[in-house]
Amino acid sequence: MRSAADPTERRRRAMSAFAQAPAGFLEARWPSLADGRTIVPVRGPEVGLVMVRGRTGGGGAAFNLGEASATRASVRLANGPVGHAMILGRDLEKARHAAAFDALWQIDTCQAAVEREVVAEIERLIAAADGQRAEETAATKVDFFTMARGED
Amino acid sequence: MYVAVKGGERAIANAHRLLDDRRRGDRQVPALTLEQLTQQLALAVDRVMAEGSLYDPELAAMAVRQSRGDLIEAIFLLRAYRTTLPRFAVSLPIETGRMRIERRISATYKDLPGGQLLGPTFDYTHRLIEPAMAADLPVEAPERRVAESSRSAPRVTDILGDEALIESDGAADGNDPADLTREPLAYPAARALRLQALARGDEGFLLGLGYSTQRGFGRTHPFVGEIRIGEVDVEVEIDGLDFTVVIGRVRVTECQMVSQFTGSKSEPPQFTRGYGLVFGQMERKAMAMSLVDRALRADEFDEERRAPAQDEEFVLAHADNVQATGFVEHLKLPHYVDFQAELQLLRTMRATAAGVGGDGEPPTGRKNSDDAEAAR
Repeated sequence: MRSAADPTERRRRAMSAFAQAPAGFLEARWPSLADGRTIVPVRGPEVGLVMVRGRTGGGGAAFNLGEASATRASVRLANGPVGHAMILGRDLEKARHAAAFDALWQIDTCQAAVEREVVAEIERLIAAADGQRAEETAATKVDFFTMARGED
Repeated sequence: MYVAVKGGERAIANAHRLLDDRRRGDRQVPALTLEQLTQQLALAVDRVMAEGSLYDPELAAMAVRQSRGDLIEAIFLLRAYRTTLPRFAVSLPIETGRMRIERRISATYKDLPGGQLLGPTFDYTHRLIEPAMAADLPVEAPERRVAESSRSAPRVTDILGDEALIESDGAADGNDPADLTREPLAYPAARALRLQALARGDEGFLLGLGYSTQRGFGRTHPFVGEIRIGEVDVEVEIDGLDFTVVIGRVRVTECQMVSQFTGSKSEPPQFTRGYGLVFGQMERKAMAMSLVDRALRADEFDEERRAPAQDEEFVLAHADNVQATGFVEHLKLPHYVDFQAELQLLRTMRATAAGVGGDGEPPTGRKNSDDAEAAR
């Protein structure tokens, strides 16, 4: 288990957040954070498939459950690093911006702002949606009670 | 002699134009939006994704709309679309133990950790059509209650596993499982391949087979150990990076079916298991899949294989509704020449039997009841 301070773990967490951003979220935040940097395509964005695997019995040997559509992109920021992204679904612009944010995250002077205003914000949105759904599910929890029986 | 006949282009073009018109229906009525389908016909969309073996709610909704609600036609469309795309990656196996649970029930343990969470279920409804729903009346927001963490709801088979009264999941062997979309099915098939085929198999076919095992065609005495529905992370290694990333989530339904087993020379008596895992909210399908998975494991437990649900080739070769519909529906395409040949053969047989006409030789070669039936 990598610690949360580990750069690889932090990038992994950031990329996972970009991939799960709501539609339009990344595009909307790009202008204010990118400081005029242009996004140069390296590969894609292109649509393809990811084979999703399950485990026999839930925890045993892997098997192929079925595929899911996915979009991947790699971009370079002008004179800057290359960023990568893969997301579920077929949102080309989202994939392109996810790759761009991955690149922006790699620039030391931008990283803190990206983590604060994009990564943390997406995680907050996801947690809020998950929390609401969990509460709605919890309200359907069965509270068993024992009926009085006829014997002593 | 083989005579090719052309024709019908205009009829076909006009038929497709007519199809477009009938699909759209009365132009005064607003067209269905994809959002309406993914939200309000979500379970139809889920079925198309599961049996189309492609998780993409919007595409599945497009297919349902294009097929006028013919779900097997929609599944066909999704399968065809899939063939046009490259495969980027294979995910790590999804972790159903870390699911964001939307429904979770057990028929074997009343007080299991995490509790019985009914979720959005048809169970306990009266199954009466509600005329009031014909009007778009306001719907109440769901009740909410403080939730325990999903982490506190372990899979029921992990709870029972401690006592070794129930068969374990088996080891994760790390091998790449066979993939029936890459190589044709061969028999006997490994369990991983069977699970892949069942996960995309026709719900109705598997339901019928599962039902047959309950009625005595096979040996299962099943209990639902657990059904859980919810979202799981899909995690993938990205090209050029040495770590994995969550690229999104899929909703799945998992069913752990627990069955009796009397033991064998090498195994003590214990509960065995059938497993069901399906894209989307697909409880009936996941249950049927787990029954059939267990029935197909007959050899592992030295059970006699006598029922259709235990016959691997019978089940796997006929579970795919796109294959099935292709072969059944091809019968409606022109067979004029074949049929003429059968007709001629039949006339010759009749003539020979009556002792007139023909060349006196009894017809040889093709003669079976299929031919006679086709000629009827």
